[in-house]
Amino acid sequence: MEFMSKIFSLAIAAILVKNFVLMRFLGLCPYIGVSKKLDSALGMGMAVIFVMTMASTFTWLIQSYLLIPLQIEFLQTIAFILTIASLVQLVEMIIQKTAPALYKALGVYLPLITTNCAVLGVALLNINEKLNFIEAILNGFFAGLGFTLVLILMAGIREKLDKAEMPKAMKGLPIAMIIAGCMALAFQGFAGLKF
Amino acid sequence: MSMIKEFSKGLIKENPVFIMALGLCPTLAVTTSVQNAIGMGIAATFVLVCSNVIISLIKNFIPTKIRIPSYIVVIASFVTIVDLVMHAYFPMLHKNLGLFIPLIVVNCIILGRAEAFAGKNNVIKSLADGVGMGFGFTLALIVIGGIREIIGAGQFLGYNVLPLSYKPVLAAILSPGAFLVMGLLMGLMKLLKK
Repeated sequence: MEFMSKIFSLAIAAILVKNFVLMRFLGLCPYIGVSKKLDSALGMGMAVIFVMTMASTFTWLIQSYLLIPLQIEFLQTIAFILTIASLVQLVEMIIQKTAPALYKALGVYLPLITTNCAVLGVALLNINEKLNFIEAILNGFFAGLGFTLVLILMAGIREKLDKAEMPKAMKGLPIAMIIAGCMALAFQGFAGLKF
Repeated sequence: MSMIKEFSKGLIKENPVFIMALGLCPTLAVTTSVQNAIGMGIAATFVLVCSNVIISLIKNFIPTKIRIPSYIVVIASFVTIVDLVMHAYFPMLHKNLGLFIPLIVVNCIILGRAEAFAGKNNVIKSLADGVGMGFGFTLALIVIGGIREIIGAGQFLGYNVLPLSYKPVLAAILSPGAFLVMGLLMGLMKLLKK
């Protein structure tokens, strides 16, 4: 029972209270860049959930069984970014071979994910917050879920926004940032949630 | 002459933050105060200049196919240096910037300049480009940090600049303020460009 409540509070924290995009400012580039259409937002979201869960798993294992025993924790940044880069490449190749349909949907987004700071961010946070193996995997999954949630909300708003009237200078990126600000204001309301 | 051109384009004309919208994550995350903004700007500039120089030196030895991973390793090495030096000599700043120091690795400005400029140009030009882009980034951080600090705390670099009767708007320092200030500044830049 205690385990379940721990997972629940982990989920609430990662998805709402400390949302990666709106509260921690991680993964803003895809959030602004890939939120023009609902379909592509969904594809990107799925790819990010997948890679974040995998990255959390592998970076945790590398930290615990390679970097700490060898006392080379200072190589953490280099080791993690290389792990993520090769992981993304590997995932891309496996999906291409085994599930062509899925590859068609996610393919274009996968290379972009290497430089998505949310992925490296969640890997480093797992270590900083001293989560155990199961918690780290779940944290990666929930963080990806939180990212997808706001990405899809944003895409929904921006599809409608195309038809709205506004000053010419505000079109495109500027208004997207303002919308993000309004969403962040709403998410600030979750800050009081505690379990 | 060309050096000055490579240097100055990063400041305004091709400003990495306002014009090219690169490196948004650190820009919004660390600009809660001018002090943090300057710290982040200097750290990123150091990494950008060093990686630009090294990459332009070794560009002929790197096979095209594995150039991106090679660039990332070079960048990550310099980020590790910055991380360790800052931890040793500026522990407060290191604590404030926190997660965003290792995340300089995935800052798109640095990889972007490596790919678009340093991998194709000579050392001197790459150096000038790195310094210019770094200063442009720092400048943008200081502008955003300044606005947020003045509105959100009534201070600039820790000194009170507004009368004491001014009630700080806390939201400007919290995350919504970052997005709103950034959006309005981007709109302003677009308006001025026309």
